[in-house]
Amino acid sequence: MSTTLAPMPTLSRDRSLRQTITVYGKEAKYEFLKLLRFPMYSVSTILFPLMFYVLFGLVFGRQQIGGMNQSTYLIASYGTFGVMGASLFGTAAGLAAERGLGWMQVKRASPMPPFAYFAAKFAISMAFSAIVMLLLMLLAVSFGGVTFSVLEAVKLLATLIAGSIPFCAMGLVIGYFAGPNSAPATINLIYLPMSFLSGLWIPYMFLPKLMQKFALVLPPYHLSQLALSVVGAGRHEANWGHWQVLIAFTLICLGFAYWGFLRDEGKIYG
Amino acid sequence: MMATQTEVRTTAKPPAGAVVARLAKVTKNYGPVTALREVDFAVHAGQVVALLGPNGAGKTTVVRSLLGLCRPASGTISVFGGDPNQAAIRMRIGAMLQVARVPETLKVWEHIDLFSSYYLHPLPLAETLAAAGLTALKNRKFGDLSGGQKQRVLFALAICGNPDLLFLDEPTAGLDVEARRSVWSQIRKLVQQGKTVLLTTHYLEEADALADRIVVINRGSVIAEGTSAEIKARTSGKRIRCVSRLTPEQVLELPGVTSAKQDREALDLHTLRPEAVVRELLARDPQLSGLEVTSAGLEDAFLALTREDNAQKSTLEVIQ
Repeated sequence: MSTTLAPMPTLSRDRSLRQTITVYGKEAKYEFLKLLRFPMYSVSTILFPLMFYVLFGLVFGRQQIGGMNQSTYLIASYGTFGVMGASLFGTAAGLAAERGLGWMQVKRASPMPPFAYFAAKFAISMAFSAIVMLLLMLLAVSFGGVTFSVLEAVKLLATLIAGSIPFCAMGLVIGYFAGPNSAPATINLIYLPMSFLSGLWIPYMFLPKLMQKFALVLPPYHLSQLALSVVGAGRHEANWGHWQVLIAFTLICLGFAYWGFLRDEGKIYG
Repeated sequence: MMATQTEVRTTAKPPAGAVVARLAKVTKNYGPVTALREVDFAVHAGQVVALLGPNGAGKTTVVRSLLGLCRPASGTISVFGGDPNQAAIRMRIGAMLQVARVPETLKVWEHIDLFSSYYLHPLPLAETLAAAGLTALKNRKFGDLSGGQKQRVLFALAICGNPDLLFLDEPTAGLDVEARRSVWSQIRKLVQQGKTVLLTTHYLEEADALADRIVVINRGSVIAEGTSAEIKARTSGKRIRCVSRLTPEQVLELPGVTSAKQDREALDLHTLRPEAVVRELLARDPQLSGLEVTSAGLEDAFLALTREDNAQKSTLEVIQ
């Protein structure tokens, strides 16, 4: 029995660029299919914001809010609500279950580039955010009498898709610190009150003074203000301030998520 | 991530017998529980090594350590002479782990397609499907499969990258006899292709049937290591069965008998010196019939080894 150590093989260490793109592409494609075929995710993240919008934006949508049509105003706030849901559930629920129930270990034991896993989660959450927004805009234009210029529509879409990134990052934190079964409940516990307090359900100006002050520290408030400014409503504050808050929030969340990622190394679950 | 190297790719296989994976004095704790205690063993190229032990013995922790999924408190781990967390080394490894839940909405071929893309030189999809016996099931969603079929998908994910070294953590857990045999024949085929396999099992029969070398592990320590014949020899001697009017008590008094019990109509005894015992039995009971002398099975050896080890540990604990 020989006891010499096997020499390191002279295999090429890296994937070619084409192979790398293939890995990232497949990871994203299958993440998308996985969620699309999972009705609890695909139906609820898409239908809830649409349903709310139909009720409050279309059925009771004849009033004016802040000098504008309620249907137009609410597309920005329910859009923010929808994007938040798609992003939080898209990252946190899957991550918590995959971490807690062993699937992540199988992935980590393979030569999967770890970044591909997270990139796929972000990309697919953004894709679902886009779907929610497009459907909302279609409803608004078809039944709410809302009119957008092409530029406005593109700006609204781009703002909210970019605005899903902070919530994807927040989803990673929840995914790393919540249990596999408790994650969906944890998400709802954060998502729903946060939406309300940020003025996504009841417009900001109708919130009590104290809550209005509190809203200023909540990321969804800032994203909704950015979306509102695109459609010509909102409080007309400088957009850069809102972006700064969202960027800072994203970085803080990524920091915590990275801590969770490191904490998982060398830890056993399931 | 861009690869600009244009060097010639050689699948430099280490010569047969070289160490491809090694744990040296590895200790791992989970809180107050010691999962591994100074575990030392090596896996040699082209071999099937079975890590045999009861539940909670530390088998899975060994596999996780070798995969770089958990860091030992002390000791060193090397796989292909390096750290298993390096991408280049991961490319040469396939792993089948015990997993509580796998994404259920993806189809069998989709799971394999994704994992194949992680490797530089994967097997063609059809080949992986055929090797794991999944060709007919490739369009089924994972969630619609039976337990045995799910195990086969995990097996397929382990082999799809055409790795040189496979870690199979209880590959046949929960399988029926037929499915287990088909996994065994797959493992034998892999070895014929020159692969190295480390498998964990608590099925003694499985270790006996597949492994070139067996490492018996109990309570986080290696308590025996060798070929299946060597492990059997460690404890054993022979097992004698016969129908006799002698009682177990009488038989136990014979020199060289380590245990004796009445098993239905027959006497069942263990001895290290079968020839002397048989002579003595026949002398004392001329009517003795149905004499059988067999090797003590691996199961007996294993039970004896772990019992011995547990007894020693408890004595130590009492002393301490």
